Amino acid sequence: MAQLTINGKKIQTPGGTILAVAREHGIRIPTLCHHPALGPKGACRLCLVEVKGSRVLQPACTFPVSEGMEVQTDTPKIRTARKFVLELLLSDHPQDCMTCEMCGACELQDLMYEYGVKETPFRGERHAYPADDRDPFILRDMEKCIRCRRCIRACDELQSVNAISMINRGFRAKVATSFDTPLQESNCVFCGQCISVCPTGALTEIDSRGAGRTWQTQKVTTTCPYCGVGCNFDLHVRDGKVVKVTSRWDSPVNRGVLCVKGRFGWQFLHSPDRLTVPLMKAELWKKRTGTDGTPSPYAGFVEADWEAALDAVSDGLAAAKAQAGPDAVAVLASAKCTNEENYLIQKLARREIGTNNVDHCARL
Amino acid sequence: MTREELERIRAEAKQALEARDMTTLPEGELKPPRPGEVRVVLRNCGQIDPTRIEDYIARDGYFALAKALGMSPEQVIDEVKRSGLRGRGGAGFPAAQKWLFARQAVAARPAPADGSPPAYLICNGDEGDPGAFMDRAVLEGDPHSVLEGMTIAAYAMGATQGYLYVRAEYPVAVDHLQKAIPQARKLGLLGKDIFGAGFDFDVDIRIGAGAFVCGEETALIDSIEGRRGEPRPRPPFPAVSGLWGKPTSVNNVETLANVPQIILKGAEWFAAMGTEKSKGTKTFAIAGKVKNTGLIEVPMGITMREIIYDIGGGILDKKKFKAAQTGGPLGGCLPEQYLDTPIDFESLAAAGSLMGSGGLIVLDENDCMVDVARFFMDFTQDESCGKCPPCSLGTKRLLEILTRMTRAEGTPEDLLTLEYLTQNIATTALCALGQGSVNPVVTTLRHFRDEYEAHIRDKFCPAGVCKGMFHYEILAECCTGCGVCRKKCPEGVIRGEKKAPHEIDQPNCIVCGDCYKACKFAAIAIRPGPTEKSRRAAHKTETPQG
Ligand code: SF4
Ligand code: SF4
Ligand code: FES
Repeated sequence: MAQLTINGKKIQTPGGTILAVAREHGIRIPTLCHHPALGPKGACRLCLVEVKGSRVLQPACTFPVSEGMEVQTDTPKIRTARKFVLELLLSDHPQDCMTCEMCGACELQDLMYEYGVKETPFRGERHAYPADDRDPFILRDMEKCIRCRRCIRACDELQSVNAISMINRGFRAKVATSFDTPLQESNCVFCGQCISVCPTGALTEIDSRGAGRTWQTQKVTTTCPYCGVGCNFDLHVRDGKVVKVTSRWDSPVNRGVLCVKGRFGWQFLHSPDRLTVPLMKAELWKKRTGTDGTPSPYAGFVEADWEAALDAVSDGLAAAKAQAGPDAVAVLASAKCTNEENYLIQKLARREIGTNNVDHCARL
Repeated sequence: MTREELERIRAEAKQALEARDMTTLPEGELKPPRPGEVRVVLRNCGQIDPTRIEDYIARDGYFALAKALGMSPEQVIDEVKRSGLRGRGGAGFPAAQKWLFARQAVAARPAPADGSPPAYLICNGDEGDPGAFMDRAVLEGDPHSVLEGMTIAAYAMGATQGYLYVRAEYPVAVDHLQKAIPQARKLGLLGKDIFGAGFDFDVDIRIGAGAFVCGEETALIDSIEGRRGEPRPRPPFPAVSGLWGKPTSVNNVETLANVPQIILKGAEWFAAMGTEKSKGTKTFAIAGKVKNTGLIEVPMGITMREIIYDIGGGILDKKKFKAAQTGGPLGGCLPEQYLDTPIDFESLAAAGSLMGSGGLIVLDENDCMVDVARFFMDFTQDESCGKCPPCSLGTKRLLEILTRMTRAEGTPEDLLTLEYLTQNIATTALCALGQGSVNPVVTTLRHFRDEYEAHIRDKFCPAGVCKGMFHYEILAECCTGCGVCRKKCPEGVIRGEKKAPHEIDQPNCIVCGDCYKACKFAAIAIRPGPTEKSRRAAHKTETPQG
């Protein structure tokens, strides 16, 4: 247990960084390169605080607390320093919030607002990289990048892919793949973890561009239908249509991490080809009901309801079993089902049908 | 290896060394010591064949190691502590203290279960200051002194593996080390159970990839781990969690090369040299407008005047001393009033500069201080790792302002912005590179503000450096009419009769400065305002900064 004071407030803590301890006690310190899902970096200098006895300002996100420490988090000296850093960042940032995808969800914008940075006193060169749309899914607009390295850490710490890192030094330092190739030519797996942690509009989803800012969409938390892992995420819904998927960091299953399908593969939801009712072969339907049924867009198939479809399946299985024994039937389960569902399927095969012919698509 | 065996080798090698004609050794950049020099670190350079371990042993090499291994690690730390040895890489942190912290950190954690080294010792040979080459001289000329120093330091702190980080630009140093390490291993001076004292230590070489910032110890550690070298915030300090998370001590080449001498001759011998808080000697690389340039080693506390005038032989061409930049690109520019300040860690820091690795660039009246600041800023911006905005963006903005000033485009606001930048970069940047990057600007601005103002207000470069910001005039009252300038002028635009005052045809002068350099009578003066031709030329050579 260490005892320290933050802004004069006495605090008892088992330890941690100044930032963590301050947050626990309801003291807000601004951050930019820090992300709760990532290791600390100390790069952006927004979280600078005064530690008594220290010559320079110290980053709260990396500095560990110690016994008797006296910390100030919001003095004029600190505010000047933070404002200075923001002015520098603004001097190298396109001021096009009007059309920026991240407007309203941008951490840089929020800090400029908080510190009242409307203009920068520095005139000079600004990075002018063309937006990089050579890849599917991910648009990299590197002139908006503030080099916080969150994306690099996400790619390393969350995805263990290390597709991106810094290249060049000084002003020319840039987040890129080796030799600045498109992501497709690197070992990137398009998980989009980098997008999910980027505090600015530098990394965004190509397919969601122009589809609505954060306050224009309704967030619906759901479970990914692609596989049995059961990752959670937020669907962004606008006018009854899904337009984007974002991470839910509080999800106990995936802790914000998603794969390419979950994050970028939502377009099927509104595909005209998507099946929304079960289909039955037209002949079979006629045989079972004596009617022609409702025609479907697919030749030879009519639209059925679940009751009728499941009845047809169970009758078919029972007939096959009666005719040739239970081992004439095999059951193939799907990775899209949950563990529990797959358990029930093998129960169906073994107990109801009486066969051990059970397999799973994940083994193929 | 035992002490007796070492003595036997020494006796034989001494005779062989004396019999050999050392003048046949290739001439290095190191000149023979000049009066006033005291060579401790450089004592063997040029005196022995660096590729022969026997030569080193002949000059008492590895006897300090034998002695140290007979002492306890605590005794070794204590000896070096009493000597007052401080890090020669720039910051001047007490060397023994670093080892003690690391030793305590090793003791505080369980021994590694996988048999990996409990701690590491790193020798920092990533000498990056432009013009500084003392580490190269030692690594090339006396590699075993560094290996011996490393082994003693490792014993003191509790490391069993060492890395020697050398910059790739030093192929000869790498070559000599690659020869020296197997030689030491063969004699059992590196490896298992050195001198039968039960102490294991080995050294590997790691070659840098040309980044100045990798001289910063945490960036250097990243680089050894195979990553891009970028400074990390401290704490945790390398002594607690350094290379691969183990306690690590990073010491500079010159620091380590001092260690064997301290052990051999005793702390008192070393502490007798230098000032109260800065003991021993320091190497300096003198460059610039001084007669004798090159590497020297002098006791701490010597004054700049002694270095520049006594050892350096004074300013070239009888010009006037203007300032000296100490400490490399992160140091400061000190004017005449500091000539008699003793050179030690504290005095230099108090003057707003740094000891740094010991670079000393002498500037005379024809050096423009704004341009000097711009030069160093160009270097720092290029070498900034790009991690924190104050350094990566701040130095860029400083460089842009300084560049504008040297192109007659500076404004009074620029000067205010310059000060705003320097104040804030120093307090917000992550590492010593960013924090120190402003020193050349701060010191030149403090001591030569009038020059900055001339550049902005009058668009005039009083030193006659910044193109398009001055012209030459022949002073009729000083001109003897010798005609040298007339003959030198490449454009043939100087007129005048023999023995009568000459004159420059201003509109056609390109302001090349040949006449100015040629005049023996100081009859040519630098005056504000460009000539028509020089203004156009300055305009043409302008390239966008990037
Ligand atoms: S999409 Fe995933 S793998 Fe690709 S760069 Fe981003 S984090 Fe790395
Ligand atoms: S792309 Fe985004 S996350 Fe990556 S460094 Fe730039 S601002 Fe940070
Ligand atoms: S949040 Fe601490 S330095 Fe960026």
